[in-house]
Amino acid sequence: MVNRTRNLYLVPYITWIALFVVAPIVLIVYYSFFDVEGQFTLGNYAKFFTPVYMRMTFSSFWYALLITLFSLLVAYPTAYLLTRLKHKQLWLLLIILPSWINLLLKAYAFLGLFGTYGFANAVLEMVGIGTQQILFTDFSFIFVSVYIFIPFMVLPIYNALEELNPSLVYASRDLGASSWTTFRRVIFPLTLDGVKAGCQAVFIPALSLFMITRLIAGNRVITLGTAIEQHFLVTQDWGMGATIAVFLIIAMAIIMIITGNRR
Amino acid sequence: MKQLIRTFAVIFLVAFALMYLTSYLNKSQGYSGGNTLTIYNWGDYIDPELIKTFEEESGTKVIYQTFDSNEAMMTKIAQGGTTFDVSVPSEYAISKMKEEDLLLPIDHSKLPNLKHIDDRFLDLSFDPGNRYSIPYFWGTVGIVFNPDLLDGWQLTSWNDLWDPRLRNQILLVDGAREVMGFGLNSLHYSLNDTNEDHLQEAKRKLGELTPNVKAIVGDEIKMLLAGEEAAVGVVWSGDASEIMDENDKLDYVVPEEGSNLWFDNMVIPKTARNLEGAYAFINFMLDPDHAAQNAEYVGYSTPNKDALALLPEDISGDTRFYPEDDVTAKLEVYDNLGKRMLSHYNELFLEFKMHKK
Amino acid sequence: MNKTFRWSNLYLFAVFAILYAPIIYLMVYSFNSGGTMHSFEGFTLEWYSEVFADTRLLIIVLNTFVIALLSAAISTMLGVIGALAIRHVRRRQPRNALLSFNNVLIVSPDVIIGASFLILFTMIGIRLGFTSVLLSHIAFSVPIVVLMVLPKLQEMSPSLIDAARDLGASSLDVLTKVVLPFIKPGIFAGFFMALTYSLDDFAVTFFVTGNGFSTLSVEIYSRARQGVSLSINALSTLLFLFTIVLVIGYYFINRRNSRPAVREGGK
Repeated sequence: MVNRTRNLYLVPYITWIALFVVAPIVLIVYYSFFDVEGQFTLGNYAKFFTPVYMRMTFSSFWYALLITLFSLLVAYPTAYLLTRLKHKQLWLLLIILPSWINLLLKAYAFLGLFGTYGFANAVLEMVGIGTQQILFTDFSFIFVSVYIFIPFMVLPIYNALEELNPSLVYASRDLGASSWTTFRRVIFPLTLDGVKAGCQAVFIPALSLFMITRLIAGNRVITLGTAIEQHFLVTQDWGMGATIAVFLIIAMAIIMIITGNRR
Repeated sequence: MKQLIRTFAVIFLVAFALMYLTSYLNKSQGYSGGNTLTIYNWGDYIDPELIKTFEEESGTKVIYQTFDSNEAMMTKIAQGGTTFDVSVPSEYAISKMKEEDLLLPIDHSKLPNLKHIDDRFLDLSFDPGNRYSIPYFWGTVGIVFNPDLLDGWQLTSWNDLWDPRLRNQILLVDGAREVMGFGLNSLHYSLNDTNEDHLQEAKRKLGELTPNVKAIVGDEIKMLLAGEEAAVGVVWSGDASEIMDENDKLDYVVPEEGSNLWFDNMVIPKTARNLEGAYAFINFMLDPDHAAQNAEYVGYSTPNKDALALLPEDISGDTRFYPEDDVTAKLEVYDNLGKRMLSHYNELFLEFKMHKK
Repeated sequence: MNKTFRWSNLYLFAVFAILYAPIIYLMVYSFNSGGTMHSFEGFTLEWYSEVFADTRLLIIVLNTFVIALLSAAISTMLGVIGALAIRHVRRRQPRNALLSFNNVLIVSPDVIIGASFLILFTMIGIRLGFTSVLLSHIAFSVPIVVLMVLPKLQEMSPSLIDAARDLGASSLDVLTKVVLPFIKPGIFAGFFMALTYSLDDFAVTFFVTGNGFSTLSVEIYSRARQGVSLSINALSTLLFLFTIVLVIGYYFINRRNSRPAVREGGK
């Protein structure tokens, strides 16, 4: 009985995986063995281990880590406070809504806001700090990336918090635990799944960010995603692009295994 | 459960209603079936009025589709599945497309208006005899600068960019050929140089430029320069003219060491279905009146000598965009260096971008 | 108590202010007669009239909505089925393998997804246009739905299902009366994320579109070379206000219809 339903669920899902996941992976692995002139080669893999690409890999991971960390720091309190609001679901929708505006347009808006004569610098000027270069710095890059990823972090955490049985929190309070202890010992561990889902939904795409590395960071930050995009669209060196993608997919699988085996 | 079903039912209903509305609008525009011509061009790279005029004159309905880079466009055409009758690639893309057999040869006898094109822009190295391409717009690569932010300093050469006064003031376009090209030009090498020593020398010299480089950006360079975010930018002349339209304090110069001469060209991809229409359209765009109207709308330099005569003096007499012969003599068209050399250029450019500040 | 409440309000206010700052910036400049996004010269409605005069742009907007709604709805269904499938796999290794496969599309850069889908579609012989765009949007939205639904499913205690079964419920009943209502928040979260992915996507759509079919983001990106006109700002403003009204309206209508449930859970 149980067996039969399980198989039924698997059919459409496995079909989807076979068509749109396995087939592209096979194509990517296949392409990674060819050079620009269409000759079979292992050179792309050798090239990946040169200092240029190693440094790029390292900085991609570093920035993705920072972005995930800051997203979590901003998103957790936001999600927590949202659950205590009156029209909480409406507010949650309002968190997601800004991501429906085209990213390129928002990036242009950030260029204006962060520019030398922009709003942010006008405020700094008023406070007496004076005009700073905000655009094309690590700060602006991480700020805008966090901006983009916030909804993807808030949503799963919010869901986890909603699941939380409030009587557990009351019980902890009644037993004399401080708010901080309650949070650390009760609330946070019980919402860990949401946090994990959020971190996965941020860290993994953050590894392959592109476009804003150019628009907001002025190519001072070059991630693996940027390199892949360049290889596919500009250099037309699909082999090298595919090779980097293979490593990204391996990295993703490792992350999934590390974060997934608690249960 | 009820709520779930209701919500999804509403979603599907709305979607189908919208689909119906779209097909209604498409019909009212005459897009479905019949005599259509598909043009594949850069976004906003033609005066929409001209498309309307062409539709009225020829009775053909134009479907205008857009791309954002030569490479993406080539991938789409190479892969098939779509019918593009006319496209507008840049010159280096044309040699590639020729090699990959993506273009149909053009029969000049069907284009009587070809005679209006200036001879200087015909029969160039990327397409000898113009067998596959007809010039659409042309331009140069140069330096846009803001004398107000530079105490009135007028830049004249690539080597000026290395001046310590420009610390953190330069924006570069994100193009390997362009950046490597001016690196080579600044050393008085050809921008088509393939000598490894020269390339390494250029890369080293570019490395020394990094303290002056504020950012390496894409199309947004126009917005940033017009907004005075930086004092100097290396850009294509077409972008320069747009920047200067927005902010007239800025000036443009084609550096004295020489630079690149580029072309965007009309071609007929092998995916074309409506050949008649494609020829009619190309011929229509070559008409001096139409070419002049288009040049005024787009703001790039037209290769059409009779259209140039029709343009107002302040456009056609501007030597920054229609340079005199001594400057033109130093300009070079990008040669097709072959895939291996090209990817070497890209690697060097990537290393330059990764160069630590 | 009062004091912490005020601090928390301030925090939320700051978060919302930052989230909406660039959008307000775009809106303000949609009224700029200067024609650019960096110096405001004067008030004009010119860009708005331009939007309504441009039928091609309106068709593109409608296309975008149709694709977003259909792909989000279908991928939500697929995603829920996928999450159920993953949950039913009891052994850890195959389950992790399934999850990894699930996430490949999230980690793969759009350009690669787009390029490989393009090759795939032309290989199978699907005509590029509406169908190919819809299929690929469904394809890349499924994993995020799974990620949103799965934690809900895992939180559901198995005793709930056992209890329902003991009371004589069939598998279908268990699914529709117990499981689906329980994971409803996850389903809606997944749907909205899928909608977001679809509306946001540029690179994949660009590769798989053709034959005159286009979506808003493809159109916007391809206009970038010539500078994005402020009529795009005007259009985005209109769309944004429209969505806000729609979302708020939907929320309150829904609340009225299911008031008892909300009151019970609203405290």
